[in-house]
Amino acid sequence: MNPLNAQAIFDTLKGKFGDSVVELQSEGCSPAYVVVAPGSIKEVARFLKDAPALSFDSLMCLSGVDYKDNFAVTYHVYSMANRHSVGLKAMLPRENPSLPSVDDVWPAANFQEREAYDLLGIVFEGSKDLRRILLPPDWEGHPLRKDYKYPESYHGIKV
Amino acid sequence: MTARPEALPTQEMTINMGPQHPSTHGVLRVILTTDGEVVTRAVPDVGYLHLGLEKIAERLNYSQFMPFTDRLDYLAGMNCNCAWAWAVEKLAKIEAPERAEYLRVIVSELNRISSHLISFGSFTADMGAFTPFLYGIREREKVNDLFEMLCGQRLTYNYARIGGVSGDAPPGFLEKTREFLDYFEPKIDEYNNLISYNKIFVQRLANVAVISAEEAVAYGLTGPNLRGSGVAFDLRKDEPYSVYPKFDFNVCVGSGERGQLGDCFDRYMVRINEMRESVKILRQAVDQIPEGPVMAKVPRVFKPPVGEVYFRAENPRGENGYYLVSDGSANPYRAKIRAGSFVTMNIFEKVTRGLLIADIVAVIGSFDIILPEIDR
Amino acid sequence: MEALAISLIKAVPFLGAVPVWAVALVLMVAVAAVVLAFALTFEGVGSLVLRKVAGDIQVRIGPNRVGPNGVLQFLADGVKLILKEDLTPASADRPLFKMAPYFVFVGSFAGFVVVPFGVGLIAADLNIGVYYVMAVSSLVVIGILLAGWSSNNKWALLGGMRGAAQIISYEIPVGLALIPAVMIAGSLSLQDIVRSQGGLWGIFGWNLFHNPFTFFSFFLYFTAAQAETNQTPFDLPEAESELVSGYNVEYSGIRFGYFFLAEFGDMFVVAALTTALFLGGWNIPFFHAETLPWIWGNLLSLGVFLGKAFTIVLIMMWVRWTLPRIRVDQLMRLSWKYLIPLTFFNLLGVSLWLLVFNGKGIPAMIASLFG
Repeated sequence: MNPLNAQAIFDTLKGKFGDSVVELQSEGCSPAYVVVAPGSIKEVARFLKDAPALSFDSLMCLSGVDYKDNFAVTYHVYSMANRHSVGLKAMLPRENPSLPSVDDVWPAANFQEREAYDLLGIVFEGSKDLRRILLPPDWEGHPLRKDYKYPESYHGIKV
Repeated sequence: MTARPEALPTQEMTINMGPQHPSTHGVLRVILTTDGEVVTRAVPDVGYLHLGLEKIAERLNYSQFMPFTDRLDYLAGMNCNCAWAWAVEKLAKIEAPERAEYLRVIVSELNRISSHLISFGSFTADMGAFTPFLYGIREREKVNDLFEMLCGQRLTYNYARIGGVSGDAPPGFLEKTREFLDYFEPKIDEYNNLISYNKIFVQRLANVAVISAEEAVAYGLTGPNLRGSGVAFDLRKDEPYSVYPKFDFNVCVGSGERGQLGDCFDRYMVRINEMRESVKILRQAVDQIPEGPVMAKVPRVFKPPVGEVYFRAENPRGENGYYLVSDGSANPYRAKIRAGSFVTMNIFEKVTRGLLIADIVAVIGSFDIILPEIDR
Repeated sequence: MEALAISLIKAVPFLGAVPVWAVALVLMVAVAAVVLAFALTFEGVGSLVLRKVAGDIQVRIGPNRVGPNGVLQFLADGVKLILKEDLTPASADRPLFKMAPYFVFVGSFAGFVVVPFGVGLIAADLNIGVYYVMAVSSLVVIGILLAGWSSNNKWALLGGMRGAAQIISYEIPVGLALIPAVMIAGSLSLQDIVRSQGGLWGIFGWNLFHNPFTFFSFFLYFTAAQAETNQTPFDLPEAESELVSGYNVEYSGIRFGYFFLAEFGDMFVVAALTTALFLGGWNIPFFHAETLPWIWGNLLSLGVFLGKAFTIVLIMMWVRWTLPRIRVDQLMRLSWKYLIPLTFFNLLGVSLWLLVFNGKGIPAMIASLFG
């Protein structure tokens, strides 16, 4: 067991991926998170999981956040072997938010990606199965977006 | 046996298991594709109980959201209450008084016992033995009595507060808790005698839906389901929060005692053994609880600093995590609820391939899912 | 029945003008009514006892609202079942759907005809009694299959298929486990079988104690019969936690009531057969029922018989509320891999025993040692 702190994890990632790893955000954040370019999220995830010093084998939580100007997907990962954790954050543009899926790195991601897709409309490319999960397949809009307008009715049923 | 396709055309049958079915623990819907009794594919379809809690949270302030967490896992409302309080306190850098932390641990562990009792009972009822269910209910009533004494509620407690708990333990509560523990501990052996090692019961569960340790971790299983696969990981021990470090208890893991490691029986046994550990924690907590206030000075409406927190607590149904993003206002900017049952359903399709219909029921029961937590 | 009719005509003068067949017919109807009345009463009381016993086993009270201590609960249940709407699903096969409960009901009730309640208390002492029970109880499988198929519901279909597979599989061990008793008595008539167990103070003559193989046979029969009549832990056709309610899921009202009654009917028939074949039937311990006056002999033997049968029913209820349900593959394995070979072995054992010891049982041999 060899827990690393967030700074060490960030340095390792920075050394490996260069500009794709943008910054470390630790102020007021627990766990601290590393901002990653969305396009390289899958490679970073793969590295985080496979590098022995990191071995982040457990994806605790995957969340989409609507920051009004843009979207973010936050990954909270944990290492059972090294007992350390870190957050990853990928900032996405407001228009057509999409990034590669990590569900073949961490299978646990699938349902949570579906949830982020369902509620926020973030598209995870290459996902095994990206369908709406909590809402009906023909639901319009993504309710967790800050600019979501509640529909008047659904199939003639007043909402 | 292979049927001759040209002579006897057969086709797979699609069956809708749920959303109304006695053994799907609520409104889970599983779309079964079966070849006779053999399930070739079981796809869970969740969302029938979507409450929109995360959206609601954005419109309420931190304290106002507390009663909603009860509805998250209605069999372990105390655990969800406390987890929310701990998460918000971490975000807002509030410290609850020690007595409040002890009370939180006491109610969490009591609720863990009562939740595991329901899990044990409904699981055996799914297996066709209805009697143990009522034995579980009998003891759960006593836990509910204790909670009623504490906060006036028996199901949706709303007991924790940001910065403490809603009220101190009334006189006699701790004694009653002690009495309950003395009464309850021998009952665990009674359950084991009643059903746990029953030959039919073991045969129904052993070697069914085996999940290896690697798979369990990769698929994000948590809590008893993860430990059932032999991974000794318990947030109370490995990422300690509150006053848990002060207590001495063991992490129960599956041992593959009646079949392969990680089968339904192991997941079941972990819950049974965990009740014993909870009793252990409770005894220590009841003995050590200090005097003092139960509520820190927290304004009714407070504004945590800008930042974000992911906090997770060990709930009866696995990791209950809250990802809170604060923009400095009184309401959470984003509150993502990570629930054990939801992530667990991810592995459902994988482990149920090739099982019998009766085994599907066993798998659902052994995961101990609860629907409001899945659909939130 | 005809003989009885003739003797009745002789005994009662004013019946002289009535043709024999008419009297026989009236008698048949009367006997059938009595048997049915008994069966229904048993079922009503049985359901109440079942619920009370279940309550006791499950640390709860059980029904206690209707009548003193809830003893009239079964009447309320019956009234409810009759008054509820009898729904037929729109997509069901209507004629088959409506017919199915009768098959199950008849299959279970026809068994009552040959149950030897007492010395002279039997609706029809058929010389093929055991065979008859086996045959009519097979009607149940048709009913279950029809119900499952005609409901046009996949759960019901699965239940019906399970039921058919299960009942057919378990008829073999049931039949084979009954044969030892038939061999010892040398008759298929249930009265003859009961009489053959009357010796040695009416206890040690029981087939149960005849020899080790019959002792074993009793348990084999009891297990297989539980399965054949779909009792827990073999209640797979209606497994409510898996198949919702199995073959009867679409039934309501009195048609559901028929299934419900048939279940209790089956329970009693199995208990009665177990009693008659292995536990000495109506033989009163230390007395010869046939030497007593007619009325006392019959009443006493009826009491003894019902006592034994109800004890078996209680044991069945106890099992029902204790054990979990086994899985469908385990069920088939139990029948084909264990019960059938064991019953065959047992049959062979009994045959050899009867051959070697000239039909004498162990108690009889011990008795002959002491003169």
